[in-house]
Parts: sequence; C-alpha cells; structure tokens
Amino acid sequence: MKEIWHFYKGTFVLVGKGSKAYYIWVGALLVLMAIGAAAYVQQLNQGLALTAMTDQVSWGFYISNFTFLVGVAAAAVLLVIPAYVYHWKPIKEIAVLGELLAISAIVMCLLFVTVDIGRPDRFWHLIPGIGILNFPSSLLAWDVIVLNGYLILNLVIAVYILYNMYYRREPNKSFTTPLLLLSIPAAISIHTVTAFLYNGLGARPFWNASILAPRFLASAFCSGPAFMILVFLLIRRYTRFNIKDEAIHKIAELIAYAMFINLFLLGAEIFKEYYTDTLHLAPMKYLFQGLHGHSALVPWIWTALLFNISAFLIFLVPETRKNHVTLVLGCILIFIGVYIEKGMGLIIPGFVPDVLHEIYEYSPTGIELLVTAGIWATGFFVFTMLLRVAIPILNGDFHVSDDGVGYYIGDQLFFIPSRKRGAQGQGRLGTARDSAAPEVNN
Amino acid sequence: MSEKKKCDPRVFQLSRRKALKGLAAGVGVLAIPSPKASASVWESFFQKHFKELSKEDLPKVLARMEEQYSREYGRPVTVKATPHIEGVKFGYGLDLSRCVGCRRCVYACVSENNQSREPQIHWIRVVRLNKEKGIDLSEAEHYYNPREVPEKGHFYLPVQCQQCENAPCTKVCPVQATWRENDGIIVVDYNWCIGCRYCMAACPYGARHFNWRKSRIPTDELNPDTHYLGNRPRPVGVVEKCTFCIQKTREMPGRYPACEEICPVGARKFGNLLDPESEIRYLIENKRVFLLKEDLNTQPKFFYFYGS
Repeated sequence: MKEIWHFYKGTFVLVGKGSKAYYIWVGALLVLMAIGAAAYVQQLNQGLALTAMTDQVSWGFYISNFTFLVGVAAAAVLLVIPAYVYHWKPIKEIAVLGELLAISAIVMCLLFVTVDIGRPDRFWHLIPGIGILNFPSSLLAWDVIVLNGYLILNLVIAVYILYNMYYRREPNKSFTTPLLLLSIPAAISIHTVTAFLYNGLGARPFWNASILAPRFLASAFCSGPAFMILVFLLIRRYTRFNIKDEAIHKIAELIAYAMFINLFLLGAEIFKEYYTDTLHLAPMKYLFQGLHGHSALVPWIWTALLFNISAFLIFLVPETRKNHVTLVLGCILIFIGVYIEKGMGLIIPGFVPDVLHEIYEYSPTGIELLVTAGIWATGFFVFTMLLRVAIPILNGDFHVSDDGVGYYIGDQLFFIPSRKRGAQGQGRLGTARDSAAPEVNN
Repeated sequence: MSEKKKCDPRVFQLSRRKALKGLAAGVGVLAIPSPKASASVWESFFQKHFKELSKEDLPKVLARMEEQYSREYGRPVTVKATPHIEGVKFGYGLDLSRCVGCRRCVYACVSENNQSREPQIHWIRVVRLNKEKGIDLSEAEHYYNPREVPEKGHFYLPVQCQQCENAPCTKVCPVQATWRENDGIIVVDYNWCIGCRYCMAACPYGARHFNWRKSRIPTDELNPDTHYLGNRPRPVGVVEKCTFCIQKTREMPGRYPACEEICPVGARKFGNLLDPESEIRYLIENKRVFLLKEDLNTQPKFFYFYGS
C-alpha cells in the first residue's frame, strides 16, 4: 500500500517537471480545456438547444467524434498482436504506449457521450444495482459495459507494467499475459458493439447494412495506428526514448492492408446501393452527390476518399512507406480521411433524409466546436501526462531511488530540442547532455 | 540548484490542480443539485424508476409533482397515475380518404398534452403526398402551407406514434425509461430518461421528440389535468411522445384522444382492439387497411385505411 502511495507521489512530482516546450504545450491544453468546460456549462444551463441538433438529426458532432475515437482506442490491439502473440521485440518495447493511447481515447469517448446526453445528472441510472442497465436488450448498455471494461483493462495492464518497472521488478507474466490476450477480443468488441449500436436500427437504412461492423474495424486499424506512428515519430525526435524504424514500418505496412480492406468494403457498399437503386439510396446520395440541392457533406466525403486513397498508395509502396516525409504525410491524410468518413460521414447520413424523408442539413454550432475542442484537449492532456510518466520509466529515467522509498528522476525536461538522426542509435548516453542533472529524492 | 528546480514546478502544479478542482466542482455543481436546494429537488434527483415506486411512494411522488407544477404555473395542477384497464388494448384508425390535411389534430394535441410552445414540439406530423405517386414518403412535403385544404392532386398522411407491439424504441433504451404498457401504449418516464436519444434514432416514424430546451407553456394555456406518463410538463433534456392521450383514454368512462375529437371530417377512429364489437375492429376487418413501413415488422397499432 505504501509503495503505491510513493509511486503516485513520485508521478505527481514528475508530471510537474519539464522543459519550457512541455509547459507551453500543457498550458495550452489546459486553456483549451477551460474554454471547453465553460462552453459546456453554457450548454448545461440552456440545454442542447445550443447545438445544431434537432429532432430530425438527433445525433451530431459529439457522437461523430465518439464513433471515430472508439476506433482509435481499438487500434492499440494492432500493437498488442505482433508484440504478445508473435513476440516481435521491436513492437513489444512500445506496446504499452498503444495502451496509453487507448486509455486516452476511451476517456474522450466517455466525455463525448456525457456531453451529448440531455440529463448527465441522471448518469447513475445506468449503474446496475442503483439504476437499471437495460442489458442485454440495449446495445448502448453493451457499449457502456465494453467501453468501461476496456478502459479498466488497459489501465490495469499499463499501470501494472509501469509500476513494476518503476520498482525495478519484472512484471509477473502469468498476470499480464492473460490480460494482454484478453485485450485483443476486448478491442475488437468495443468497435463491433459500437457498430452494432447503429447497425441494429431498421429505421436507418444507411446504417442497417451488415458490412458496417467490418468497415468499422478496418477503418479503425487505419486511423489509430496512423496516429500512433505520428506520436512515435514525435516521441523519438523530441524525447529521450528510442523507437526502432522496423516497428514503425511494420505498423505502416499493417495500415496499408487495413486501408485496402476499408476501401474494398466501402466499394462493396457503394455498388450495392447504387446498382439496386432503391429508396434506401437516398442517404448515400446525400453523402456523395447531394440530395434535392442539399450537399453540405459532399466536399467533405470526397476529400476523405481522396485522402484515404492517396494514403493507401503511399503505404502500399515500400519506398514511400519508409521515407519519413511521405510516411508522415500518409498518416495525416489517413487520420483526417477516416475522421471525416467515420465521423460526420457516418453519423449524419443516418439522419438525412430523416425517417419521414425530411431533409435538415446539420452543421455544428460554435458551442459544439468549443466543447469538442475541449474534449480533444482533455484527451491530449491525459495522453501527455501518461507519456510523461511512461517514457521516463521505460527509459530507466524514473524509478525508485536506492533507499527503496524516494524516487529518482533522471529526465527533468521530457520535451527536448529536436534530436539529430545520427544520435538515435546511441541510446541514452548520446543524449544525456540534453537533460538537466538528475534529481534524487530520498 | 536542484532545490530551485524542485520548487518552481510545484508551485505551478499546485495551482493547476487547484484550477482543475475548481473546474470539476463548477461542472459538478451544475450537474447535481446544490446542498442548499430544497428537499423536493433532492427527492426528485433520487427518485426511483416509475415501475419500482412502491404503493406508498407513488402518491408522495405525485403530490410532490403537483406541488411543483402548481407553484411553477401559478394554478392548481393535478398529476395522476391511472393504471391500464384490464381487457383493453388501444388501437387507432386513420381514414386517408377523408383526411383533408387541416392540421387541427396537430394543435389540439399540443394544447391537450402540454407540448412546448417555444420551441414548438408537435407529436403529430401531417405530410402532403401526391395522388399520382401514392404512399411515397420521398415525395412528402412537410411544410405545405396553402390558403385552403385539401389541395387538388394531393392527399395527406398524418403520422404520430404507432404504438408498435414490436417497438424498436423500447428495445434500445439503455435504462428502460420507455416501455409498452399492458393496454399497448408506449410511455416514457420523464424522470428516468437520461436523454441519450437512442430511441429517436431507432423510431422509424419520427414519433419521438426531444426537449432541446426547457419547455415553455403560457400559464393560461396549460392543461392542468395531467398524467405521470403522459401530459405533465416535461423537464429539459428528455424525450416525449404521443400516448394516445393516456390522461383521457384510461378514464372510466373512457374518453377519446384529443386528435380524434377535433378531427372535422371524422377521419380518426379510436377503440379497444380486444372488443370484437368495437368500431376499430370493424374497420380492420372490413376496410382496406395498411400499416406504415410494414416491412420493418414493428407491428403498429395504428391502422391507416381507405374508408371510401
């Protein structure tokens, strides 16, 4: 018990330390979070009428972001499989970072759902025992269970591993391995359940296609890992942590496969709708061509398609996949492309035209944008804090001091000026001069 | 040196944590009642699901609501919880050959059921269709506004809750805040609904409506005869819908829904599906009847028919 307390005390001291860049980054996030919170307070006071949602389009930007982020969270599994099923060392070293991303993404998911519901004060109605969770009838009840389960699972795994590394102990494999293996179906389940949530509605032909869950998974395995690669490149450039090229290139290769499946499934869906040409074509027409002069989403979805196809080609060719300029470009294209396709591009056409074929064109209000920005900032804040602790631990720069009570902090700065590529292979010693003197607290 | 280094960040950290705490508290206070709130606010916050209220609790809850609404609207308001009548299952018939699209039903419903006037919530939506195209909703005009109805070449389709036997909306609710009563009416517990709007996504008829802001009803327009599961004033952030005027139709002797009573051309019929002698049974057995979106297997108890 005491050990846990010392560990947390150490982490709190650690996250308060950093270079100027670190403070600016964290400060900016906190400002955005405060702005988002203020906007949310406004929304709480006046109701969801401050959003652009109506009875016709009853879910909007919040649920779009939620859906996209479930995919990002699920993508951690793409690191866990090569690391723990195939025991591939370059990825094993960084798999825990994938879990931290999953934690941050799920936190954002839960926040997006919270700001979307009309009565957040009745949140406890969902808790079995004191409330009523309509399980197994409601897919939303399933989602509550799997999302929270996945969050807890990842927290337990990541914290357990990092905690033991901090105390310079080998994590107990018979504890972590079953949990890590469990996290694979858990990751797939959060995305499948979220897809089924939309999929199971006969009233919404755009969602009521059995291809939806596979498409969800395929696009998740593009967006999440693309974000991971960007983070990995930043980490190894601006912190003292090394990530091997092989690991990054392997992930990029996996993205290429996932994107191929994603595009193929999209094509299959477009063919079916356009060729059969029933009344159910209307939402897809609204998305890709516009309907009766309403075409707010058309430029967005074509941008997404263009981005996704370009990124697919970049990731398909080994030369561009391994060139870090095109790699970064590909990752950004995929992240934006999937964000459009799986966010607004998926949610809004479910409601346009509505069940009585009324067309209401939705586009988020300023309040929705501010609250959304606040939640993204919160996600980045959580992820930054987690990395601030995890990276020094993985590096051996943050561990219990020799007396077994205090802590040793070898990395005072966290963010350091951009490292030269040459310094990379040399490990910790090569960059020690970048960091201020280590601190020991006994 | 290390002393100084250690100090500065801590000062920052403390203030940051304080700021976060303050923020969290600020949000928290808005989400749950403040300690100073009156007892009734707390009672309403911790109120159980309608179906779990005991025989002793229910009258207390109703009394609390009567007191609250009476105070809010400055006139006596009654809230009852009349249960279903044994041997009754309500069904509705709508004669498309008679409906002239005057929308009187829409507004009679609003005033009977205390829907918000600003913004307006309508439980009934009448759409204008083309006689040539038949029942093709993609041709529907929602905001027709001619000088006179009916218009040449058009007919009208009023849509409201179809009180489905196989209701997609009740199935998806994560907290069972909406359910089908024994007389077939789908109801919402406005004090249990969390406002996730999953039911609105699931309903194929657009019959569910959300209180995007606190409903506004002029005091003199409020209908003070209300039912817990029906027309009592709704809080912000919850879903509401047609209940076949539960506050009227469950009375003994039973009364008709407001939309049925107001219809100037007698296009609307209402009755007990379990009574073989009822008008609604006669219509179903003898007229050309169809169900809206029958292919979705929602099994509506709302029957459209052509009387002539």
